[in-house]
Amino acid sequence: MDTIPEIPKEEYILKCTSACAGCSDSLALRYVLKAAGPDTVLVVPACCTSVIQGIYPNTAFNVPVYNIAFASAAACASGMSNAFRAAGKKTNVIAYAGDGGTLDIGIQAMSGAFERGTDFLYICYDNEAYGNTGMQRSGGTPLGARTTTTPTGKTDNKKDIDAIIAAHDPPYQATACAAYPQDLFKKVAKALTFRGPTFIHILAPCPPGWRYSTEKSVEMGKLAVKSGMWVLYEREYGKLTIGAQSKAAIKKPIPLEDYLAPQGRFKGIDPKTVEILKQRIAKNLAKLTAEEAAS
Amino acid sequence: MKKISTGNKAVAEAVKQLVPAVVAAYPITPQTEIVEQIAEFVSSGELKSRYIAVESEHSAMAACIGASITGVRTFTATSSHGLLYMHEMTNWAAGARLPIVMANVNRSLGPGWNIWAEHTDALQERDTGWLQVYVSTVQEAYDATIMAFRIAEHNDVLLPVMVNLDGFLLSHIMQPLDTVDVGDFVPPIHLPHAIDVKNPRGYGGLTGPDQQFRFSWDIERSIRDSVKVIEKTQNDFAKRFGRKYGFTEDYQCGDADVVIVAMGTLGKEAEVAIDLLRKEGIKAGSMRLRWLRPFPKLDLKGKQVVVIDRDYSFGRGGILATEIVAQTKEDVFSVIAGLGGQEVTYEDLADFVRKRRMGEEFWFGVNANV
Repeated sequence: MDTIPEIPKEEYILKCTSACAGCSDSLALRYVLKAAGPDTVLVVPACCTSVIQGIYPNTAFNVPVYNIAFASAAACASGMSNAFRAAGKKTNVIAYAGDGGTLDIGIQAMSGAFERGTDFLYICYDNEAYGNTGMQRSGGTPLGARTTTTPTGKTDNKKDIDAIIAAHDPPYQATACAAYPQDLFKKVAKALTFRGPTFIHILAPCPPGWRYSTEKSVEMGKLAVKSGMWVLYEREYGKLTIGAQSKAAIKKPIPLEDYLAPQGRFKGIDPKTVEILKQRIAKNLAKLTAEEAAS
Repeated sequence: MKKISTGNKAVAEAVKQLVPAVVAAYPITPQTEIVEQIAEFVSSGELKSRYIAVESEHSAMAACIGASITGVRTFTATSSHGLLYMHEMTNWAAGARLPIVMANVNRSLGPGWNIWAEHTDALQERDTGWLQVYVSTVQEAYDATIMAFRIAEHNDVLLPVMVNLDGFLLSHIMQPLDTVDVGDFVPPIHLPHAIDVKNPRGYGGLTGPDQQFRFSWDIERSIRDSVKVIEKTQNDFAKRFGRKYGFTEDYQCGDADVVIVAMGTLGKEAEVAIDLLRKEGIKAGSMRLRWLRPFPKLDLKGKQVVVIDRDYSFGRGGILATEIVAQTKEDVFSVIAGLGGQEVTYEDLADFVRKRRMGEEFWFGVNANV
């Protein structure tokens, strides 16, 4: 039964961050921290969130933030979690990394931390490119999307990091999007109740990177879900539950073109590539629906 | 308590007595025995540490960093390629002012796969802000590891310390070891910048050109301050446990005309060469360099210096020789010997002294004659 969570009034992201206008990563992190509360440490590798905090000696975040080298968020968080637990502290350790730091350079350390059963929450906010360095392709960039290193559109598919995480059999994993803040809030709060490694993959629409106007970040998140390009679900001890919003999209999706058209990164995408994207969406939805039915 | 131990086990024994909250490590020859022994201590309950069996050395150092910033004691150990793989994070550890202690079992770098002793691995970490000590006996490996924790964690230092021991030549040989009751010789760790959720701070975030140099200078200032901390720690150790260590270990240097300078086991072997040379009437001495960082002021005035480098900086020269010439402004006889575990005997060392040619470089085994 879906309930509307009480979202605390406390803000852990203070005014004057250095985020871009319309940044949905900041919006996501706002709800992540509201769900996690003050007894929380963020471990942040090189990513947009390194910049959003502000410049030394100031910080716009009202929880401790440990910045660490690109490849090592999960390993650093692993050491931190072990040290806190050894001292009898329950402090939430949240590795908060982008798609580059998760799907690409940080995947080894993350896989290791999950395999070792590290007691932490790993959040990947995915804007589907290296946003911090000006939108180069990542393993998270979808087929057909233009980035500065795929100027005619990416010719490879988006890496399925959720399937890779699922292979580690963590007690809890979920997908989310800041366009659905209550869903995101509940999933973070829930993830933090588990002992062991948990994972949340947040789609983070990015106005400068995806090339849409800054007021449309929430709309872009909703279009991603409604078109089936992004699926909201959670997997608890292996049992998959697809979210109501995505169930509705499975029944009656909006045309994928409605999601692609407002985004400059898909401008001029050829119809064959759109067809492949549609086939991949259908395949993914069928796979998830079958898994939910079986579990 | 007296026992017989390898160099590796001596390090593990010292770690056991200092009880780090977290040990994160990845095995590599010839360091493996250290981490195996610590894992054994932890699994038997003799050591109340959390042992994180990470998937790489990069992650080993990252995990130590994550643990250390919570204000607890941490330890890791590595060697050769493992050290190179964690290089990004060794810089981070020093820059973040974290008193992590690491044993590095010196080994050469590939290709080819050569697992034998060489110092080039640790010397490539020379400029990271780590303090580095090189040991020559099993006992010294144990003693230096204990002192490393006290020096690293001292609030005038707060920098990581690397204890270097030669692969196989020291890591795997058996020598007598006298273990001590460490007691309060190393006080409990207090990290002033430890994470505190009640006082949230950002660590290592964006830093502009108007600030970054201040952090670099702060590291240098602490390294300079570490000289006194090292001296006091070594003096206190001598008073308490009866074994005296300096920045260098000098042997027959007082009246010597010629002095061998070397690090690690070759520095110890040099003492035997000196005895041989003295019998021949050559007034020779040896100075075994223990601390590479901070680099000590060496008293070599008026002496000819034969430097043995078990390392090399391509296109420049023996690293130790380069450092010494930079300080003394005098020519040395620079000998490159022992690379990749190349056998070097005390007789070879004596020969280098007998046939020295000041201002020249000599590659042992390459150049036909000294």
